Amino acid sequence: MTEEKLKISPAPHIATTETVENIMYSVIYSLIPAGIVAGYFFGLRAIALIITCILTSIATEYVFQKVRAKPISVFDGSAILTGFLFALTLSPRLPFYMAMIGAVVAIGIGKQVFGGLGHNIFNPALVGRAFLVAAFPVAMGSWYQPLTRFGVLTDASTGATPLALMKFEFETTAISSMFFGQISGALGETSAAALLAGAAYLFYKGYIEWRIPFGLVGTVAGVSGIMWLIDPGRYPDPVFSVFAGGLILGAFFMATDYVTSPITPVGKLIFGIGGGLLVVVIRLWGGMQEGVMYGILLMNALTPIINRYTRPTTFGVKQ
Amino acid sequence: MRPLTFPRGIHPRDHKEATNAKLIEDGPLPDVIILPLQQSAGACCLPAVDSGDKVLVGQKIGDSEALIAAPIHSPVSGTVKAIEPRPHHTGLKLSSVVIESDGQQKHVECKGLSANPSPDEIRRKVRDAGIVGLGGAAFPTQVKLDPPKGQEIVSLIINGCECEPYLTGDHRIMVEEPEQILDGMLLLMKAVEAENGYIGIETNKPDAIEAMIAVTEKYPDIEVIALEEKYPQGSEKQLIEAILDVQVAPNMLPCSVGALVQNVATSIAVSKACRDGLPLVERVITVSGNGIATPKNLRVAVGTRVSDVIDFCGGTRDQVVKLILGGPMMGTTLVGREAPVVKGTSAILALTNDEIAKVDVHPCIKCGKCVEVCPMLLLPYRFGAMVEFGVFDELEDNHIFNCIECGSCAFICPSQLPLVQYIKLGKYSLAQSREKSRSA
Repeated sequence: MTEEKLKISPAPHIATTETVENIMYSVIYSLIPAGIVAGYFFGLRAIALIITCILTSIATEYVFQKVRAKPISVFDGSAILTGFLFALTLSPRLPFYMAMIGAVVAIGIGKQVFGGLGHNIFNPALVGRAFLVAAFPVAMGSWYQPLTRFGVLTDASTGATPLALMKFEFETTAISSMFFGQISGALGETSAAALLAGAAYLFYKGYIEWRIPFGLVGTVAGVSGIMWLIDPGRYPDPVFSVFAGGLILGAFFMATDYVTSPITPVGKLIFGIGGGLLVVVIRLWGGMQEGVMYGILLMNALTPIINRYTRPTTFGVKQ
Repeated sequence: MRPLTFPRGIHPRDHKEATNAKLIEDGPLPDVIILPLQQSAGACCLPAVDSGDKVLVGQKIGDSEALIAAPIHSPVSGTVKAIEPRPHHTGLKLSSVVIESDGQQKHVECKGLSANPSPDEIRRKVRDAGIVGLGGAAFPTQVKLDPPKGQEIVSLIINGCECEPYLTGDHRIMVEEPEQILDGMLLLMKAVEAENGYIGIETNKPDAIEAMIAVTEKYPDIEVIALEEKYPQGSEKQLIEAILDVQVAPNMLPCSVGALVQNVATSIAVSKACRDGLPLVERVITVSGNGIATPKNLRVAVGTRVSDVIDFCGGTRDQVVKLILGGPMMGTTLVGREAPVVKGTSAILALTNDEIAKVDVHPCIKCGKCVEVCPMLLLPYRFGAMVEFGVFDELEDNHIFNCIECGSCAFICPSQLPLVQYIKLGKYSLAQSREKSRSA
């Protein structure tokens, strides 16, 4: 008998068809509604900004992988996702060159210097945004009133975000506007409905898990609700707190990033609650109007230690 | 009643439809039988015959004085041709007794026990018959029937889960020979003086559940338990957790919680040994996979070469990419068809390209799916990283020795990391360094 060509490998010999690419692209698809809504309210320039960020992310990933002589994996979805998420945190009229610098920082400093996919400590999209906030504070803090039907934004249409209105003018914004997106703010934080539709798809696919997002949103709602009950004149109501700013985007799409959030169930809950507390503290008593970005970045830094101290007790050992 | 189960685990496609309704057939009577002298966990046997000796069916050809060992018997009558290293499913060549069959199938004289044997008689018979756990681990059965002093066995669990995909041998045994399973079970309960008996069967085998309920109806202390279809439901510790709701501690045996688990096929072997005096020389295996022309459940002689079994099933078709001895979750890939079926072999699978895992390794993205499915509550991704970067001292602290190597983590990993391979390497490296520090 002729020699058979048989594959030799350790067990198991069967596996799920789920791949890293499937997961990454599913998250990208889940963000498309938010991208379309951004285009609808902030014009085609918003779409162009998103595409710019994605292309810059891919290019940066390529250059780093080439220089490090690593296999090129720019289309595994992770760079596209980082670019997309990063774009959704930007102001609609941010100059293109600033967005490109931010995307280079997100992929380069946020991810590749740590060793690429799976090795970074901080959420790359938020690293890019944090850099821009420090480097270009004025441009990053300029917000615009939404238009409709893919119109063109002009300088005349500047407008404060609901959180700024609340913080500095004690003025609330209608919840329905925040839910559907008729508010000024970053590209992706205007429409909670579009984001939640995407998040629902990710829950359905099993790619995100309730502990982190609900821990975060629940803590923000709970703590700001207590403050509102104590002094309703000074503090916003909990529903406002949930739908204002980047909380929905951050809680469902950034804090749930696998690489930079805890793996253990208890750890996930701690991450969500801790992040929520930081958001409320920064928003209500800090100098800034929004705290989602720093809340998540700080919790990213704590992730390794959270994992370490929330290790499950192994089978057969009494708790 | 809702089927019982253990927490976590995975749901692979079961692929049992090719053989789960097929009657068990008698397999080929091969010209040559190859009996590796190591067929069970524990010590290797020494040959009890010489080259040129005539042997009969049931004649002992190998044994060992060691505590954890089981003798080996010839399944054919004929002549010992050689005692030499022969290909084994591990890929190594292991010392084996090669017997050329004369086709006569003349038996040694077999004698069963009296109608009402004592526990000691049963244990001795089980040892003499060379019975080992037929679920796959091949642990000598009499050792499990003799728990350490002070540990009493209260519950006997007969394992009819057969949670590995493709496998249907245990399923068919339960449908076709339920009385003999019950008989073996009663003997086992008697041997360890167990109070309760359970038969755990996954719900994807409704006919087996029915058959076992029918034969056990008159026994108030025996209960058939329907279990959720989930992998690794048939793992000893998981089965005990599902049925008795108690966890066996790390490095401890089931007897520490008063339990004994035996496979359905082992139960039949015990019945045959005690009633008719027949040693363990044959077993039921499943021959399946898209690469097998006619998938079957076969009763084959231990020592039959894989090539003989496959030819008996019409040979292979399409491009066979992997030939596996055992199930697809824990079985071993073969380098060729020369290796023999051993006592612990549950299946021969010939898998084609579209049936096997596509290996496209990515870095770990910490998705946590391995942690979600691990039935032993471990952090498999951490073992992967520790072994990859050579940080061996943390492995023990993370309970690597509690891993049962079921493969659930590697199955679910979207990065396709060879987590079980890392874990095996980690265990091996730790054992080596322990050995070194002991000898130093």
